[in-house]
Amino acid sequence: MKKVFGRTRTLRDTHTHYCPGCGHGIAHRLVAEVIDELGIRERTIGIAPVGCAVLAYYYWDLDICEAPHGRPPAVATGMKSVNPKNIVFTYQGDGDLAAIGFNETIHAANRGENITVIFINNAIYGMTGGQMAPTTLCGQVTATTPSGRNAERYGQPIHVAELLGHLPGVTFSSRVALSDIPNIMKTKQAIKKAFQAQMDGKGFSIVEVLSPCPTYWRKTPVEALKFIKKDMTKIFPLGVFKE
Amino acid sequence: MSKILMCGNEVIGEAAVQAGCRHYFGYPITPQNELTAYMARRMEEVGGVFLQSESELAAINMVLGASACGARAMTSSSSPGISLKQEGISYIAGMELPAVVVNVMRGGPGLGNIAPSQSDYFQAVKGGGHGDYRLIVLAPSCSQELYDLTALAFDLADTYRNPVMILADGMLGQMMEPVTLKKINSKRVKKPWVLTGAKNRPARMLRSLFLEAGALEKHNEKLQEKYRRIKAKEVRCETYNISRAEVIVVAYGSSARLTKAAVKMAEERGIKAGYIKPITLWPFPEEVFINEKDKDKRYLVVEMNEGQMVEDVERCAGDRKRVSFYGHAGGWIPQVEDIFKRIKKLV
Repeated sequence: MKKVFGRTRTLRDTHTHYCPGCGHGIAHRLVAEVIDELGIRERTIGIAPVGCAVLAYYYWDLDICEAPHGRPPAVATGMKSVNPKNIVFTYQGDGDLAAIGFNETIHAANRGENITVIFINNAIYGMTGGQMAPTTLCGQVTATTPSGRNAERYGQPIHVAELLGHLPGVTFSSRVALSDIPNIMKTKQAIKKAFQAQMDGKGFSIVEVLSPCPTYWRKTPVEALKFIKKDMTKIFPLGVFKE
Repeated sequence: MSKILMCGNEVIGEAAVQAGCRHYFGYPITPQNELTAYMARRMEEVGGVFLQSESELAAINMVLGASACGARAMTSSSSPGISLKQEGISYIAGMELPAVVVNVMRGGPGLGNIAPSQSDYFQAVKGGGHGDYRLIVLAPSCSQELYDLTALAFDLADTYRNPVMILADGMLGQMMEPVTLKKINSKRVKKPWVLTGAKNRPARMLRSLFLEAGALEKHNEKLQEKYRRIKAKEVRCETYNISRAEVIVVAYGSSARLTKAAVKMAEERGIKAGYIKPITLWPFPEEVFINEKDKDKRYLVVEMNEGQMVEDVERCAGDRKRVSFYGHAGGWIPQVEDIFKRIKKLV
């Protein structure tokens, strides 16, 4: 019998702790598939974030390290400075990357650190119970914005992919979505380009992934995907902002 | 070997280079800027990595990353900057990574001033960051010790997989003093935990997060066992005339060198005086005090703060009435004659 589909090498054979309909499982798999297709597993080091994906090191079978909340780009900078041949990537949520760690993000990007950032934008703090993130949409109800995010108080959601795309140190910046199969395939392509850019020594690469959080969006998994398509992509347009 | 005249901050830098440090990350703050500038120059010369970070937070996390990949990595700062590094230091301790952190102390709290101080004793010795962890804290009192103890710090960090702090102050950092740049034979410690990419071996994981039931308790027990080993093996302390002395002055760092002169002055005037100079502030040289059975002896603790190490001396001496304190905060430096007067009063 011919085997046509299986678990990719870098993904461990285990159950994840993610909620039904969560995007992390898909994103993890895409990262793992890209690493295996590029044949870089044996020289790759991952950095797991603080947040829902904090346990990513149970799911990826590669050398991996944790970092304090928001600091993965600084940790990656230190790692890459020891052995530039290592492929170093961070996997960060919106609170991690765009709130507490925006300084680390923007400076690592501006230095053109030759690292890859997988940025999961689900417009919410998942792990801590659904609080407002820097990427929460205006009007979106969260634990800390019970009447919806108010732009007069909190400003508009931050556009990370566009913002970083302006920096000369950034070689690749793209926004993709896990909203349906074609977009999932596009997400994989973007992740592959980002890793390829690092392999080619081109500098900082980032993929912003719009990812569903049905639990704290108070939606069913299907409604969550619709929310990405209808609402999130209106505010966060998909595309390549730097290549 | 001949001596050369060098600024204290630069001595720390040269010791680090000689000890094999090739990764330095720092952010400007007075009074330690000579160290950052020195490392910028020397790392270029020796083919190492110098990076001026965007913040103290970033610098300590760059150290974390470099250390996770096996490098001898260092950062330095002064009091307010060290406060910012506490998050990273706690993670480094929890993840059991080696690292050397230099604090060239200045006056506090807050922005304080840029004058020499010893006000970060509690922060260095009792915690600073969150969680039950310990730093190995080394307290140099002259340029030669800045050199020797910085080199030792890298060996201790690697041996115990633990962050080590050099607790200096603005006076030591700024002062120029002759120093012998001895050849350093660094300990080669195997690091079978380093992240290099999982080639021909199982994948490795470095973390301080332990969510499974009982796992964090177990991890903490392992850390405590390590701290007990450090306590048993690594206490360093200089003593002078303590068996004959009626008054024993206890001081470290800059105040210790002034204390030595005051003790000499007392002896010249026929007063039986001695001193205890802790070199490791953690582990604290508890046994020196506990072994001192003569209950008539008095201790005088001299610190450039409002009284921090004095609490450890009281704890170890077992009798608070025997312990006096002389010190001030805010950039104050004790005068030899004033220390002498206090010794005299205790006789």
